Amino acid sequence: MLEHLPILQVIVPLMAAPLCLLFRHSRAAWLFALIASGTALVISILLLQQVLATGLISYALGGWQAPWGIEYRIDTLNAFLLLIISSLSTVVLLAADTSISKEIPKEKHSLFYVLYLLSLTGMLGIVATGDAFNVFVFLEISSLSAYALIALGSDRRALWASYQYLIMGTIGATFILIGIGLMYQMTGTLNMHDLSNRLPEVAQTRTVFTAFAFVIVGVCLKLALFPLHLWLPNAYAYAPSIVTAFFAATATKVAIYLLIRFTYSVFGFSFSFTALPLQLLFVVLGVLGIFVASSAAIYQSNVKHLFAYSSIAQIGYMIVGFSISTVAGLTATLLHLFNHALMKGALFLALAAVMHRIGSVQLSALKGLGREMPLTMAAIVAGGLSLIGVPLTVGFVSKWYLVLALLENGWWPVAMLILLGSLLAIVYVWRIVEVAYFQPRGGPGELSKDPVREAPLAFLVPIWLLVIANVYFGIDTRLSVEVAQTASESLFGLSQ
Amino acid sequence: MFLGLYNYWIVVVLMMIGFYIVIAHGNLIKKLVGLTIFQTSVFIFYISMAKVNGGTAPIVGDGIEIYSNPLPHVLILTAIVVGIATTALGLALTVRIKEAYGSIEEEEIQKKDNSTC
Repeated sequence: MLEHLPILQVIVPLMAAPLCLLFRHSRAAWLFALIASGTALVISILLLQQVLATGLISYALGGWQAPWGIEYRIDTLNAFLLLIISSLSTVVLLAADTSISKEIPKEKHSLFYVLYLLSLTGMLGIVATGDAFNVFVFLEISSLSAYALIALGSDRRALWASYQYLIMGTIGATFILIGIGLMYQMTGTLNMHDLSNRLPEVAQTRTVFTAFAFVIVGVCLKLALFPLHLWLPNAYAYAPSIVTAFFAATATKVAIYLLIRFTYSVFGFSFSFTALPLQLLFVVLGVLGIFVASSAAIYQSNVKHLFAYSSIAQIGYMIVGFSISTVAGLTATLLHLFNHALMKGALFLALAAVMHRIGSVQLSALKGLGREMPLTMAAIVAGGLSLIGVPLTVGFVSKWYLVLALLENGWWPVAMLILLGSLLAIVYVWRIVEVAYFQPRGGPGELSKDPVREAPLAFLVPIWLLVIANVYFGIDTRLSVEVAQTASESLFGLSQ
Repeated sequence: MFLGLYNYWIVVVLMMIGFYIVIAHGNLIKKLVGLTIFQTSVFIFYISMAKVNGGTAPIVGDGIEIYSNPLPHVLILTAIVVGIATTALGLALTVRIKEAYGSIEEEEIQKKDNSTC
């Protein structure tokens, strides 16, 4: 049983997804999906323990040995990502039943869980697999279900956002497919590990350069790197709240993983950073992304839009860490990946609770909500502090490591810019705090006149689980830092 | 030398045609048509790279020594299925957009969105 864990990680949610349809009652489907996601979480914890104890796990699908068969290859990085995805998915799912009862028509509830689990399957699959073509297939599984999930939003703009995401996402995925095809043409293999051994022999050909460019652009479209981020704000803002919480916490993380995997493992560190001026490109785009997206966030009147832009800015931080291309820089990126999942999970879940109670996430509707929904708003404040990077929160830890890595490399102007970028975060978080705590309830909008009750327990439990995790991993950094460090060290070990 | 690789030229031309349609056209159906052409060019690319000069179909039998690579065909079967799913979902979304907005022209949809904000 234990040796089959890598495949079970993907198969359990995949099999559970269509079974959700058998439950006519929406709560039964929810419980079933929760159990499936919980099982995936247990499996990923076991996998991480196993990897930390014994090192790389290689699993030959159907007994066909790599590189002929499809190999699932779990090292520390994969196990770390699997844990992030499955844990966030499970926590978010805790609130799903209550949240969708108001936002999605009842007859579509079991279909919602089918899509949710399929999307989870896709993300877990991308991370677990060691086969380049398999990555494309899982990418499309997760993306196609994501488009459908976003289109479930009650606003008609959700449809338009979903369509735009479909176009952009498909172009991105097809670019990756072209890249994989070119690699296959040159090496005759699709196994990532095998590719990393064979690509250096043909590294100087134009075909490999082209493949690299296609893969990088495709992945950057998927991870919403500035300026390829245009699909993200609307998709996040108009999707059902619970879907936003799930995707904000996981989807772009998977794309960052792909970027790291392709540059460091498949193409190899020395090729990736010499073939293109990747370092310069990413540090510029990352910093620009931080500033443009943070400034855009300040001017949003919809809080979901605001945090969606803030997500793009946070991706900028990860990309800057990635572009330093040292062990410390990569560690900072991986740490921020984990920490950002915790922050945005908590923030978007709290917004889902607000949506549940007052039916709007416009900034003006939040007036005086600090007194009416103290626990929910306190969670938003805690998450916001973490976004800014206040000490004792996870946000501080990742920014600390990022700045240290930058200074170690002598890039102090970039470090200054990063700190300036955090100031912008203070502005947009403060706007929410001001409206929620310092403005009286009531005012011109009729929405804000009725008294509002605190969010139900189904929201408060997962929200505060994540907030406590935000603080816990902000103080006790042993686990997250150790795993991130081991993962980035092994990435550098692989590429030497 | 250029004509020897004519299959790749066809792929590139198709790819650019498809990509251009996706970017340049405002009609949602036309965008999907462009996207499909774009994806199809990639299918052709995979299939034509599997061809081995003078090779036969990959069947085990007497006297068959050179055969084309069957793997890309199998890969592209999967990609075709993915492509169909994408097109179907895109068309379904277009139907819903038409119901909700009364239009499938990008400009008009943007205009209606801006006026409601």
